Amino acid sequence: MSSLLSYFRPDTSTAQGTLLAPARWRPLEILFWLFAVSLFWLAPSKMLLLNEIAILALFALSLDLILGYAGIVSLGHGAFFGLGAYVAGLLGKHGLQDPLAGLLIAGAVAALLGFVTSFLVLRGSDLTKLMVTLGVALILRELANKFSSITGGADGLTGVTMGPVLGLFEFDIFGKTAYAYSLAVLFILFCLARRLVNSPYGLLLRAIKGNALRTGAIGVPTNLRLVTIYTIAAAYAGIAGALLAQTTQFVSLDVLDFHRSADVLLVLVLGGSGQLWGAVVGSIAFKIMYDFLADITPQYWQFWFGLVLVLIVLVGRGGILGFWQAGSAWLRSRLSKGGRR
Amino acid sequence: MLTILFDGIAYGMVLFVLACGLSVTLGLMNFINLAHGAFAMAGGYLTVVLMNRFGVSFFLCIPAGFLVSAMLGALLERTLYARLYTKSHLDQVLFSIGLVFMAVSAIDYFMGAQQQLITLPSALQGRVSLFGISIGIYRLFVIAICLVLAVALQLILSRTRFGSQLRAAVDDARVARGLGINVSLIFTVTFAFGSGLAGLGGVLGAEILGMDPTFPLKFMIYFLVVISVGGTTTLTGPLLASVLLGIADVAGKYYIPTVGSFIIYTIMVVVLILRPQGLFGRAAVR
Repeated sequence: MSSLLSYFRPDTSTAQGTLLAPARWRPLEILFWLFAVSLFWLAPSKMLLLNEIAILALFALSLDLILGYAGIVSLGHGAFFGLGAYVAGLLGKHGLQDPLAGLLIAGAVAALLGFVTSFLVLRGSDLTKLMVTLGVALILRELANKFSSITGGADGLTGVTMGPVLGLFEFDIFGKTAYAYSLAVLFILFCLARRLVNSPYGLLLRAIKGNALRTGAIGVPTNLRLVTIYTIAAAYAGIAGALLAQTTQFVSLDVLDFHRSADVLLVLVLGGSGQLWGAVVGSIAFKIMYDFLADITPQYWQFWFGLVLVLIVLVGRGGILGFWQAGSAWLRSRLSKGGRR
Repeated sequence: MLTILFDGIAYGMVLFVLACGLSVTLGLMNFINLAHGAFAMAGGYLTVVLMNRFGVSFFLCIPAGFLVSAMLGALLERTLYARLYTKSHLDQVLFSIGLVFMAVSAIDYFMGAQQQLITLPSALQGRVSLFGISIGIYRLFVIAICLVLAVALQLILSRTRFGSQLRAAVDDARVARGLGINVSLIFTVTFAFGSGLAGLGGVLGAEILGMDPTFPLKFMIYFLVVISVGGTTTLTGPLLASVLLGIADVAGKYYIPTVGSFIIYTIMVVVLILRPQGLFGRAAVR
């Protein structure tokens, strides 16, 4: 029992303990995943929505890796998402119907694009980065639009058929398999990302974000590190896109639209960037908000989204997690003061 | 052939008027304002409303578009933008995208999603024949206005007291304040002026580019291309860049419609890779 307790509360008086502390799973995190699994029985009618949330969370997670940890601003992250979706959709349409294989290939193709474009993105200032990422996404969208014989163009890619997951679970119309599948993929990739950002490599990324010049001066090949994380993030986004294509069995030009890249930015700042949970919390808040707003004003929900973005920037950028942490820190300080009295 | 060239130049000139305001805020004030197109849309829609509902002459709409957009710009600068000068580029991007989304939906709500058309006054309709080329009078009119504007802007920035104060404020706001320059006032005026230019571009472009609620998103990339290709250190850079872009776009759509806007995006990415400071800009001093 005491060893279990010491797992959750590592000794922060030593340097080792301080470094290990953020890598430890907190009880709340474990509870969250249990809750996500329990929704399978608690909310069987909301499976399709939950599936979308899981996919969006994975997409936002991938943006968090480059934006929150490495400080690379991107207006075109949707490019990888869309590419992954098209790769998975095309594979499903032309024979390869095993979802996991499709997922891996889509991730690999997106990673390849990420690797190639990373060299373009890592040059120049924030503004150049924004424009190059935006430009790459636009080029990809134009390509998908023009090669309509392959992608289906504006009509979308139809006729995507998927085999059962692991050869066992068929996709059903209620989205039960879809949610389980997406949640499992999200969980695995979340754990990987968690491991990654808490490793020395993750620490390095934050150092580069803090000051790339000084990090380079202590002997870190900063560009190489950034190329790596950009490639990994591209693979994550590609897998998220592939999940969408596989679970909805349809791909349209919409996956490459500008609003995808903008939405995922909003998700991340809404949840709080630079901490993986922000992506998850943000995507839940985003989807709930979207459902709510699209219900009241089907046509003009974008207005309220814009307003939320403006307010987040003006009020402060911790997002929901930022508020949560500030709130709990305040509460703790109040409690400890009260205890001393 | 030459008519296409001419149309391309006129198109490019409108782009220049639209983008040069951005070149000032983005290049000089170092503020990434993706909502620039929203101000242009304000000018364009003002023209549509004034002309179609109240029968105001097009010639009056030109200064009106400038003034209203400038006032809108000044208002937003004072209330919102001024707080964001010191924030990170990401914040500026998020903020201005938020503004774009709001503007798009608001216009959609009030004016409808369809494209708005205006009828030009008869004095500007028709075509003339110059050196054997058939040229639309309106195109000629637009080019003349834009050329005058470009020269005037260059003179204001390089020759007037205001221009040098602005450059001082941008180079080092603290020292400029120490010298008694009212930096925040200068920024407000500059921002308002840039927004006004966007509005003017919207008025002139209402006929050439077309006005619908997605205007700010659709043309955001064009502005960015002009700025990135032309660089932000001079005004001639964006001018040349927008004319080139206009010709490439018009000719591309005319001769090789299958490729479409693909060329433009590719040009932008390639230029940014080869010369991040712009095709015509000199290397950044800082």
